[in-house]
Amino acid sequence: MINKSNSESLYFPRPTKLIDVTALSEREILFRLRLEDGNALYHIPGQFVEVSILGTGEAPISIASSPTQGDAFELAIRAVGNVTQALHRLQPGDTIGIRGPFGNGFPVSELKDRDLLFIAGGIGFFPLRSMIQYVLDMRPLFGKIILLYGCRQPAEQLFHQELKEWRERDDVLIMDTVDRCPPETEWEGNVGVITTLFPGINILPARTTALVAGPPVMYRYVVAECLKKGIAKERIILSLERRMKCGIGLCGHCQIDNAYVCLDGPVFNYAKLEQLKEVEL
Amino acid sequence: MEFLKISKAQFQLSVGRMIDENFVYGVKAKSPSYEFDRLFTADELCLNYNITLLSPNKYFLPPRTPLMGFKLDGKISVDSMVGAQPGIIIGIHPYDLHALKLLDAVFLGNLKDAYYQARRQVIAIIGIDCLQPWQYSFAASMGTAFPPAGFDLWLTDTGDKYLIEVGSEKGEELCRKYLDASEAGEIEVKQREKLREESLSRYKLSLDISPQLIPEVLNSGWNSSMWEELGEKCFSCGSCTMVCPTCVCFDVRDTTELNRLSGERYRIWDSCMFDAFATIASGENFRPTGTDRLRHRLYRKGKYMLQRWGRLGCVGCGRCIHACLVDIASPVYAYNRLAREARTG
Ligand SMILES: Cc1cc2nc3c(=O)[nH]c(=O)nc-3n(C[C@H](O)[C@H](O)[C@H](O)COP(=O)(O)OP(=O)(O)OC[C@H]3O[C@@H](n4cnc5c(N)ncnc54)[C@H](O)[C@@H]3O)c2cc1C
Ligand code: SF4
Ligand code: SF4
Ligand code: FES
Repeated sequence: MINKSNSESLYFPRPTKLIDVTALSEREILFRLRLEDGNALYHIPGQFVEVSILGTGEAPISIASSPTQGDAFELAIRAVGNVTQALHRLQPGDTIGIRGPFGNGFPVSELKDRDLLFIAGGIGFFPLRSMIQYVLDMRPLFGKIILLYGCRQPAEQLFHQELKEWRERDDVLIMDTVDRCPPETEWEGNVGVITTLFPGINILPARTTALVAGPPVMYRYVVAECLKKGIAKERIILSLERRMKCGIGLCGHCQIDNAYVCLDGPVFNYAKLEQLKEVEL
Repeated sequence: MEFLKISKAQFQLSVGRMIDENFVYGVKAKSPSYEFDRLFTADELCLNYNITLLSPNKYFLPPRTPLMGFKLDGKISVDSMVGAQPGIIIGIHPYDLHALKLLDAVFLGNLKDAYYQARRQVIAIIGIDCLQPWQYSFAASMGTAFPPAGFDLWLTDTGDKYLIEVGSEKGEELCRKYLDASEAGEIEVKQREKLREESLSRYKLSLDISPQLIPEVLNSGWNSSMWEELGEKCFSCGSCTMVCPTCVCFDVRDTTELNRLSGERYRIWDSCMFDAFATIASGENFRPTGTDRLRHRLYRKGKYMLQRWGRLGCVGCGRCIHACLVDIASPVYAYNRLAREARTG
């Protein structure tokens, strides 16, 4: 038997410590983590990591914080299955494994000086949050900022404190909506699907780039609204979710036509996506 | 290029000597088919076979590859499983070596997959010409009837002898150590050309167009009614992909010992023909029908792999044609039909 070292394995997860665990709702938790080797993750907003629980498995998770926020990083995770539920049982001080960062991330340099229209549906807020934080930390580099945030119902809206702080700033406009508002629920925002916010926004299409993340069904309607507003196809940028097993362009699960979402994405502009036959937008 | 020749009787003795000192894998008759398997005696080796159930790629990308072992005591301790048992494979056919070259492009491209690389580095390849092709093979028309560079030794059955082409230093060393071969001359090499030439007329199936044109016919064929016609019969068994020498997709899974103290993470062959291959956690399936999956598989073989890794994803071995119980998996049928549809509009 001829053996090689661990570091030669692309599947080797780096030990990472949970330093903070905050419940966002019944189903979602925000984790603050730090690599045990002391290094920063050196990620680009919009990239993701493979989170590993030995004995349970791995799950691709967007990095929910901006690299401008220091060496620790954040992941916001909804419990849906084996790995994500196991993560929800962990405590500060526990160790998990991280591979990555993977994927292309948002085209940060292309976004400089642009007006940005963020459109988040449900937990699509997670991948966008890294970019929103980045933009707010580097505020002078960017133009006008609008965030449209839609959830199914008020209880599903996350990051209240953060939204409240952002609302208090005068250099970012936040508009939120819920699909429906059960009786007796407190809600001051709009009621209706996310596209009902579009008539109320005022943008200069030539200056604006839209950044979109949400459930698959949302994309078609949002892209149509963006096009109606006059935003160029190249300036409509979407972060996609696909099944992923490796994160490194080998396992084949994330493929759309010949695009590997884990390598060539998860961020694509609409002009590119439009050419993919397996995407129906 | 160096050529040697050896009598079949002498070759068998040489294989015996290899077996004494090495892990040797070769083609064995396993009725009703043939299979690559570990050889324990030289007379088990069967070199005049038509096709093996699985390709020898299973030695480089095993159905199940352990990626790491670990302890569950709270701390991560990952023991390396990146390693390989040196060995020799005897009897690879040309189309399978073409497929292995594609695996090289995938696993030794921008990223080096250490598990694959370890195996690739220590396993020697002795191939043999396929002069009596299988009835389902269309390798001749795919340009894969003869071996690409990358073998250590290459045999041609010339009757009572094998002609041997030495393809590498490792091959030379094998000859020195195990083969009592004598030098071959121009006559034998000419004979090989003739035998190879003659074999081309024995293929029953063939692609009607140049393989370079497959991406083009696929470009115009996305909306063909053929996909639905074939795809609706598919029962997503995955057989067509399990037997395919160029299929590389996998799943990654964990197991733990019953005592929950330690476990293993491994990758295991997966199939884009399984219905949940592209299903995400919310339940959304991005390729929900057999039609979507069959089309994806044949685009991957005929276009995407070429674009991404520089080689077509089909080497024309014919295994999938034989494996599919409802007779819809054939790349040569699909590409020929799309070419015809493109011509007739
Ligand atoms: C790039 C990217 C970024 C992501 N970012 C985030 C993020 O920031 N936060 C977040 O919470 N999530 C994110 N996700 C989604 C996340 O990866 C999944 O929720 C996670 O992988 C689920 O893993 P699990 O082991 O917990 O669930 P699993 O155990 O895999 O199960 C998930 C659900 O699917 C069902 N299921 C499992 N296998 C199958 C199958 N074969 N067919 C049909 N149903 C099946 C299960 O019953 C369960 O309901 C992201 C995904 C991608 C690709
Ligand atoms: S697609 Fe079929 S014919 Fe082509 S290499 Fe794979 S198994 Fe062989
Ligand atoms: S094409 Fe045939 S072999 Fe392949 S999954 Fe469908 S039924 Fe099975
Ligand atoms: S996740 Fe494996 S290829 Fe993209």
